[in-house]
Amino acid sequence: MTLAVFFGCTFIAFGPAFGLFVFTIARDPLRIIILIAGAFFWLVSLLLSSLIWFIAVKASDPRDEPLQKGLLIFGVMFSVLLQEAFRFLYYKLLRKAIEGLVALSEDGCSPISIQQMAYVAGVGFGLMSGAFSMINLLADALGPGTVGIYGDSQLYFLTSAFMTMVLIFLHTFWGILFFHGCEHRRWWEITAVVVMHLAVSGSVYVVEPAPSQDPEALRDARVPTTLALPSILAARVAVTFSAISFLLHWGTLASPSTAHTGVWLWQPADKCDWGWLALMPLWEPPENGLVLGDSALLASL
Amino acid sequence: MITFMNNSDSEEEPCNERTSLMSAESPPVPSYQDGLQASQAGEAQAHRKRRTGSSRSPNNIADGETSDSGVPVREGILENEEEELTLKYGAKHVIMLFVPVTLCMIVVVATIKSVRFYTEKNGQLIYTPFTEDTPSVGQRLLNSVLNTIIMISVIVVMTVFLVLLYKYRCYKFIHGWLILSSLMLLFLFTYIYLGEVLKTYNVAMDYPTLILVIWNFGAVGMICIHWKGPLQLQQAYLIMISALMALVFIKYLPEWSAWVILGAISIYDLMAVLCPKGPLRMLVETAQERNEPIFPALIYSSAMIWTVGMAKPDTAARRSSQQAWDAAEDGRENHRSPSHADSQMSERRSPVPTRPITSFEELEEEERGVKLGLGDFIFYSVLVGKAAATASGDWNTTLACFVAILIGLCLTLLLLAVFKKALPALPISITFGLIFYFSTDNLVRPFMDTLASHQLYI
Repeated sequence: MTLAVFFGCTFIAFGPAFGLFVFTIARDPLRIIILIAGAFFWLVSLLLSSLIWFIAVKASDPRDEPLQKGLLIFGVMFSVLLQEAFRFLYYKLLRKAIEGLVALSEDGCSPISIQQMAYVAGVGFGLMSGAFSMINLLADALGPGTVGIYGDSQLYFLTSAFMTMVLIFLHTFWGILFFHGCEHRRWWEITAVVVMHLAVSGSVYVVEPAPSQDPEALRDARVPTTLALPSILAARVAVTFSAISFLLHWGTLASPSTAHTGVWLWQPADKCDWGWLALMPLWEPPENGLVLGDSALLASL
Repeated sequence: MITFMNNSDSEEEPCNERTSLMSAESPPVPSYQDGLQASQAGEAQAHRKRRTGSSRSPNNIADGETSDSGVPVREGILENEEEELTLKYGAKHVIMLFVPVTLCMIVVVATIKSVRFYTEKNGQLIYTPFTEDTPSVGQRLLNSVLNTIIMISVIVVMTVFLVLLYKYRCYKFIHGWLILSSLMLLFLFTYIYLGEVLKTYNVAMDYPTLILVIWNFGAVGMICIHWKGPLQLQQAYLIMISALMALVFIKYLPEWSAWVILGAISIYDLMAVLCPKGPLRMLVETAQERNEPIFPALIYSSAMIWTVGMAKPDTAARRSSQQAWDAAEDGRENHRSPSHADSQMSERRSPVPTRPITSFEELEEEERGVKLGLGDFIFYSVLVGKAAATASGDWNTTLACFVAILIGLCLTLLLLAVFKKALPALPISITFGLIFYFSTDNLVRPFMDTLASHQLYI
């Protein structure tokens, strides 16, 4: 454990997001503010959903296991829905902000476009979500101990780190897609995002084996489960969504500060249409197209 | 403990006066005339200040003579520019304050999490005499409220005392007081801090080395803060003394008292800065009447200097290096009479008419900084540090409080851009911070722990 696991898991979970931050967000103060405000909105949604869950749990019988599990699932679903609702609210706020920026600028053009804001807002949501999921784990990883010493999965920290990384990316792509759907009034895009979010969050329960009943195995009351399968699924979703987002917005994210990344080309966003999407349903990406963590997980199984 | 109590007046001083956010408009533009008086700083205002180029750059004066005719023509355009520039620089100013606030919080949280000294209970300050080791909850609550009342009244009394001293021009007394308090912070508290850090990491240091290090640190700090020094060094020292002060508060304030004091001081800040008879507002107005700077060394200045024009590289370079050194001093001086400001404007706008082709690149942007009082730094760090110390070992609470405070600061700066007058920086941030601390600790933590135990990711 200790330092090796700590640094390894930190870089797995937050490395790509940190790279995104440094290369595309850190240069522009407006984007940093949008990022932090996005994190704040996610936080508020989490607060409200945990309030509801807390009230529900306190009002129910704590000894009733299936009920508690049901309440947890309800809490997760409600939290996902609330997060998407707050994403919508954030979209509304950013639209108003763009109008203000346009009014105050000289050439009638806002210094930042709604697509860039969508990307930054997605990263904000993702970073906060990832941080809240991962930071306590990392703090524990720094201390002494052996993972899975009582027979649980040894890969707990690793799978958590990979899942966090995937989740940060997913939030980014969902942000882009969601805002695109709101912009162009394509409601099915928005529903797709919500459904995928629910699916990814709920996928753990589909594949989770029975938790260990040994009380001594519960270190910090955590029951490690093998998360390889849901995270592979989530990674597939992430790759697909990244492809969709890229094709949607491959022109709009270009700006002087990101030009050097070489990825973003300059093309107006309006040229993108859904013909592209018809050609690619959820396709199985080839081996070399997989996210790095995905292939590592496959190798480890 | 005894030494703290003896010097406690000066110890309290930093947290009295610097509890408001200051903002200023760009003085030379006539459309902001109403804001001009407000921009004559007191400690209770943050400035976006234009540097007095005139006293330091003779070239400016030469340019000014040739361009007076060009100035009225461009005033209309300049007003729009100014308005747009104000907002364009608004985001940059927010980040210029995010960075030091974040750094201060990081220092405090890192110390709290690693050095156990600052989370051990070793008695209380004389300002919070009521103990919280009482059997009943009601008694504990009552004691914390009484502690808060005593603390806030001490702060009010000392603020009023300071205002009176300033009104009756007892400048030497004030300067002596400030120097004494920063001496104590830079030497005594640093010595204690260094001692505890060395103890935590089990590193030995002999006394001669220790004396050398502390002496150099303290002496350079005194010079940077009270006299002149590189801007970034001064900023670093101000961040460090804010962090030290916050650590002292975290250590010596009992738990419930700390939270009630945080709430009460943000209410006090709101009233002191906005009410017509509030002490801080009176301080600001007195300073405006006299066109004087107020207390050095207790305001963090995030001055920024760009010299974009390449037409005069020598003078630009010289000016920027001069300004970097003088920033520490001029950051505190507010001798901005309107006539002075007008002459500055004509001098500064001089490059524009003579080089119409190259528009903005030739405009020399001088210092535009936002100032935040050190008391704000201290109380933000106290909130986050207390969250780190007492939130059941949970990092989520600390993170939530951090984001809440940053958003509060952002909102305050937004209000500042809208209202263009002195604003208190504590209320919004501390309110958000308190809400997020209590709700994250009690509501979100069980939820996230349950989710983590089932490896659910939302």
